[in-house]
Amino acid sequence: MAVRVQLEDFDVGAELDRLTAGNTRIGGLGVFVGLMRDVAGGEAVRAMTLEHYPGMTEKELGRIDAEANRRWPLAASLIIHRYGRLEPGERIVLVATAAEHREPALAACHFLIDWLKTSAPFWKQEETKSGARWVEARDADDQAAERWRRG
Amino acid sequence: MKLRYFAWLRSKTGVGGEDIALPEGIADVEGLVAWLTARGPGYAEAFRERSAVRVAVNHDYVGFDHPVADVDEVAFFPPVTGG
Repeated sequence: MAVRVQLEDFDVGAELDRLTAGNTRIGGLGVFVGLMRDVAGGEAVRAMTLEHYPGMTEKELGRIDAEANRRWPLAASLIIHRYGRLEPGERIVLVATAAEHREPALAACHFLIDWLKTSAPFWKQEETKSGARWVEARDADDQAAERWRRG
Repeated sequence: MKLRYFAWLRSKTGVGGEDIALPEGIADVEGLVAWLTARGPGYAEAFRERSAVRVAVNHDYVGFDHPVADVDEVAFFPPVTGG
Protein backbone atom coordinates (compact mmCIF):
# COMPACT_ATOMS: atom_id res chain seq x y z
CA MET A 1 0.00 0.00 0.00
CA ALA A 2 1.51 3.29 -1.06
CA VAL A 3 0.32 6.70 -2.12
CA ARG A 4 2.37 9.49 -3.71
CA VAL A 5 1.42 12.99 -4.79
CA GLN A 6 4.12 14.60 -6.89
CA LEU A 7 4.98 17.31 -9.39
CA GLU A 8 7.24 15.17 -11.55
CA ASP A 9 6.41 12.44 -14.08
CA PHE A 10 6.73 8.75 -13.19
CA ASP A 11 8.14 5.73 -15.03
CA VAL A 12 5.32 3.14 -15.26
CA GLY A 13 7.64 0.19 -15.94
CA ALA A 14 9.98 1.03 -13.08
CA GLU A 15 7.06 1.56 -10.69
CA LEU A 16 5.52 -1.82 -11.58
CA ASP A 17 8.88 -3.56 -11.21
CA ARG A 18 9.27 -2.05 -7.75
CA LEU A 19 5.72 -2.99 -6.78
CA THR A 20 6.20 -6.69 -7.54
CA ALA A 21 9.89 -7.04 -6.60
CA GLY A 22 10.54 -10.00 -4.32
CA ASN A 23 6.99 -11.34 -4.35
CA THR A 24 6.61 -14.28 -6.72
CA ARG A 25 3.13 -15.10 -5.40
CA ILE A 26 1.79 -12.21 -7.48
CA GLY A 27 0.08 -13.53 -10.60
CA GLY A 28 -1.40 -10.37 -12.03
CA LEU A 29 -1.39 -6.60 -12.04
CA GLY A 30 -4.26 -4.24 -12.63
CA VAL A 31 -2.96 -0.97 -14.05
CA PHE A 32 -4.64 2.29 -14.98
CA VAL A 33 -2.72 5.25 -16.37
CA GLY A 34 -4.60 8.51 -16.86
CA LEU A 35 -3.30 10.80 -19.61
CA MET A 36 -3.99 14.42 -20.41
CA ARG A 37 -6.17 14.89 -23.49
CA ASP A 38 -5.87 17.81 -25.90
CA VAL A 39 -9.60 18.37 -26.20
CA ALA A 40 -12.48 18.90 -23.77
CA GLY A 41 -16.09 19.69 -24.58
CA GLY A 42 -15.19 20.05 -28.25
CA GLU A 43 -12.59 22.73 -27.54
CA ALA A 44 -8.82 22.41 -27.91
CA VAL A 45 -6.94 22.38 -24.60
CA ARG A 46 -3.34 23.63 -24.60
CA ALA A 47 -2.45 22.67 -21.04
CA MET A 48 -3.96 22.20 -17.64
CA THR A 49 -3.00 22.92 -14.06
CA LEU A 50 -3.89 20.48 -11.32
CA GLU A 51 -4.39 22.01 -7.91
CA HIS A 52 -4.73 19.88 -4.78
CA TYR A 53 -5.12 20.14 -1.03
CA PRO A 54 -1.82 19.01 0.52
CA GLY A 55 -2.48 16.97 3.62
CA MET A 56 -6.05 16.06 2.77
CA THR A 57 -5.07 14.58 -0.60
CA GLU A 58 -2.68 12.05 0.96
CA LYS A 59 -5.20 11.25 3.70
CA GLU A 60 -8.06 10.68 1.23
CA LEU A 61 -5.92 8.57 -1.15
CA GLY A 62 -4.70 6.53 1.83
CA ARG A 63 -8.30 5.99 2.90
CA ILE A 64 -9.46 4.64 -0.47
CA ASP A 65 -6.29 2.55 -0.79
CA ALA A 66 -7.05 0.99 2.61
CA GLU A 67 -10.65 0.37 1.50
CA ALA A 68 -9.46 -1.44 -1.66
CA ASN A 69 -7.15 -3.59 0.45
CA ARG A 70 -10.05 -4.37 2.79
CA ARG A 71 -12.34 -5.44 -0.08
CA TRP A 72 -9.88 -7.47 -2.16
CA PRO A 73 -6.92 -9.72 -1.31
CA LEU A 74 -4.16 -7.54 -2.74
CA ALA A 75 -0.45 -8.27 -2.45
CA ALA A 76 0.46 -4.66 -3.20
CA SER A 77 -1.10 -1.41 -4.38
CA LEU A 78 0.16 1.95 -5.55
CA ILE A 79 -1.43 5.29 -6.38
CA ILE A 80 0.65 8.10 -7.88
CA HIS A 81 -1.10 11.38 -8.74
CA ARG A 82 0.61 14.42 -10.20
CA TYR A 83 -0.19 18.07 -9.66
CA GLY A 84 1.01 21.27 -11.31
CA ARG A 85 0.98 22.20 -15.00
CA LEU A 86 0.62 19.40 -17.56
CA GLU A 87 0.53 19.37 -21.35
CA PRO A 88 -1.43 17.03 -23.65
CA GLY A 89 -0.06 13.48 -23.66
CA GLU A 90 1.47 13.73 -20.20
CA ARG A 91 0.70 11.14 -17.53
CA ILE A 92 -1.58 12.37 -14.74
CA VAL A 93 -2.24 9.36 -12.55
CA LEU A 94 -1.13 5.77 -12.02
CA VAL A 95 -3.18 3.16 -10.16
CA ALA A 96 -1.59 -0.27 -9.85
CA THR A 97 -2.88 -3.27 -7.92
CA ALA A 98 -1.18 -6.64 -7.53
CA ALA A 99 -2.85 -9.91 -6.55
CA GLU A 100 -2.46 -13.66 -6.97
CA HIS A 101 -5.15 -13.66 -9.65
CA ARG A 102 -6.57 -11.20 -12.16
CA GLU A 103 -10.08 -10.72 -10.74
CA PRO A 104 -9.14 -8.89 -7.52
CA ALA A 105 -6.34 -6.98 -9.26
CA LEU A 106 -8.61 -5.64 -12.02
CA ALA A 107 -11.61 -4.97 -9.77
CA ALA A 108 -9.54 -3.13 -7.15
CA CYS A 109 -7.84 -1.03 -9.82
CA HIS A 110 -11.20 -0.04 -11.32
CA PHE A 111 -12.61 0.75 -7.86
CA LEU A 112 -9.61 2.92 -6.97
CA ILE A 113 -9.71 5.12 -10.07
CA ASP A 114 -13.50 5.50 -9.84
CA TRP A 115 -13.37 6.52 -6.17
CA LEU A 116 -10.30 8.68 -6.58
CA LYS A 117 -12.07 10.76 -9.23
CA THR A 118 -14.93 11.64 -6.90
CA SER A 119 -13.17 11.94 -3.53
CA ALA A 120 -9.50 12.95 -3.82
CA PRO A 121 -9.23 16.76 -3.55
CA PHE A 122 -7.79 17.66 -6.97
CA TRP A 123 -9.11 20.33 -9.33
CA LYS A 124 -8.25 20.82 -12.98
CA GLN A 125 -8.03 24.18 -14.67
CA GLU A 126 -7.76 24.02 -18.46
CA GLU A 127 -6.06 26.52 -20.73
CA THR A 128 -8.01 27.08 -23.95
CA LYS A 129 -8.03 29.71 -26.68
CA SER A 130 -10.87 31.49 -24.90
CA GLY A 131 -9.01 31.54 -21.57
CA ALA A 132 -8.62 29.47 -18.42
CA ARG A 133 -11.59 27.52 -17.09
CA TRP A 134 -12.17 25.21 -14.14
CA VAL A 135 -13.25 21.71 -15.13
CA GLU A 136 -16.69 20.80 -13.79
CA ALA A 137 -17.38 17.52 -12.04
CA ARG A 138 -19.27 15.01 -14.21
CA ASP A 139 -22.39 13.12 -13.16
CA ALA A 140 -21.03 10.08 -14.99
CA ASP A 141 -18.06 10.01 -12.58
CA ASP A 142 -20.41 10.11 -9.58
CA GLN A 143 -22.43 7.26 -11.07
CA ALA A 144 -19.27 5.23 -11.72
CA ALA A 145 -18.21 5.65 -8.08
CA GLU A 146 -21.72 4.89 -6.83
CA ARG A 147 -21.58 1.41 -8.36
CA TRP A 148 -18.93 0.46 -5.79
CA ARG A 149 -20.86 1.73 -2.79
CA ARG A 150 -21.71 -1.14 -0.50
CA GLY A 151 -21.00 -2.20 3.08
CA MET B 1 -9.24 29.01 13.01
CA LYS B 2 -7.54 28.28 9.70
CA LEU B 3 -9.64 28.64 6.54
CA ARG B 4 -8.67 27.28 3.12
CA TYR B 5 -10.24 27.90 -0.30
CA PHE B 6 -9.52 25.95 -3.48
CA ALA B 7 -10.18 26.23 -7.23
CA TRP B 8 -12.91 28.75 -8.10
CA LEU B 9 -13.71 29.38 -4.45
CA ARG B 10 -10.16 30.72 -4.11
CA SER B 11 -10.61 32.87 -7.23
CA LYS B 12 -13.82 34.36 -5.82
CA THR B 13 -12.71 34.99 -2.24
CA GLY B 14 -9.37 36.26 -3.56
CA VAL B 15 -7.38 34.32 -0.94
CA GLY B 16 -6.11 30.74 -0.69
CA GLY B 17 -6.20 30.73 3.06
CA GLU B 18 -6.55 32.91 6.11
CA ASP B 19 -6.48 32.77 9.88
CA ILE B 20 -9.52 34.11 11.67
CA ALA B 21 -10.75 34.26 15.26
CA LEU B 22 -13.99 32.29 15.26
CA PRO B 23 -16.71 34.78 16.20
CA GLU B 24 -18.71 33.92 19.27
CA GLY B 25 -21.99 32.15 18.66
CA ILE B 26 -20.85 30.27 15.55
CA ALA B 27 -21.12 26.55 16.23
CA ASP B 28 -21.24 24.83 12.85
CA VAL B 29 -20.23 25.07 9.19
CA GLU B 30 -23.62 26.57 8.32
CA GLY B 31 -23.06 29.44 10.76
CA LEU B 32 -19.51 29.97 9.54
CA VAL B 33 -20.65 30.16 5.91
CA ALA B 34 -23.36 32.69 6.82
CA TRP B 35 -20.76 34.84 8.60
CA LEU B 36 -18.26 34.57 5.70
CA THR B 37 -20.96 35.43 3.15
CA ALA B 38 -21.56 38.73 4.94
CA ARG B 39 -17.86 39.70 4.77
CA GLY B 40 -17.93 41.00 1.20
CA PRO B 41 -19.12 40.50 -2.36
CA GLY B 42 -16.34 38.00 -3.23
CA TYR B 43 -17.33 35.78 -0.33
CA ALA B 44 -21.03 36.16 -1.11
CA GLU B 45 -20.32 35.09 -4.69
CA ALA B 46 -18.18 32.13 -3.57
CA PHE B 47 -20.94 30.77 -1.33
CA ARG B 48 -23.90 31.80 -3.50
CA GLU B 49 -24.61 28.26 -4.68
CA ARG B 50 -24.30 26.08 -1.58
CA SER B 51 -24.89 22.82 -3.47
CA ALA B 52 -21.66 23.45 -5.41
CA VAL B 53 -19.55 23.81 -2.26
CA ARG B 54 -17.84 20.91 -0.51
CA VAL B 55 -16.49 21.24 3.02
CA ALA B 56 -13.68 19.51 4.92
CA VAL B 57 -12.90 19.97 8.60
CA ASN B 58 -9.39 18.87 9.57
CA HIS B 59 -9.00 17.07 6.20
CA ASP B 60 -12.25 15.05 6.45
CA TYR B 61 -15.37 15.65 4.36
CA VAL B 62 -18.26 16.95 6.47
CA GLY B 63 -21.76 18.33 5.99
CA PHE B 64 -22.94 21.90 6.67
CA ASP B 65 -24.32 20.77 10.03
CA HIS B 66 -20.87 19.70 11.29
CA PRO B 67 -19.63 21.55 14.38
CA VAL B 68 -16.62 23.87 14.14
CA ALA B 69 -14.19 25.05 16.80
CA ASP B 70 -11.42 27.66 16.87
CA VAL B 71 -8.70 24.99 16.60
CA ASP B 72 -10.10 23.56 13.34
CA GLU B 73 -8.87 23.86 9.78
CA VAL B 74 -11.93 24.33 7.56
CA ALA B 75 -11.62 24.04 3.78
CA PHE B 76 -14.14 25.03 1.10
CA PHE B 77 -13.91 23.76 -2.47
CA PRO B 78 -15.94 22.69 -5.52
CA PRO B 79 -16.64 19.02 -6.38
CA VAL B 80 -13.30 17.39 -7.18
CA THR B 81 -12.06 16.74 -10.72
CA GLY B 82 -8.84 14.71 -10.42
CA GLY B 83 -7.88 11.39 -11.97
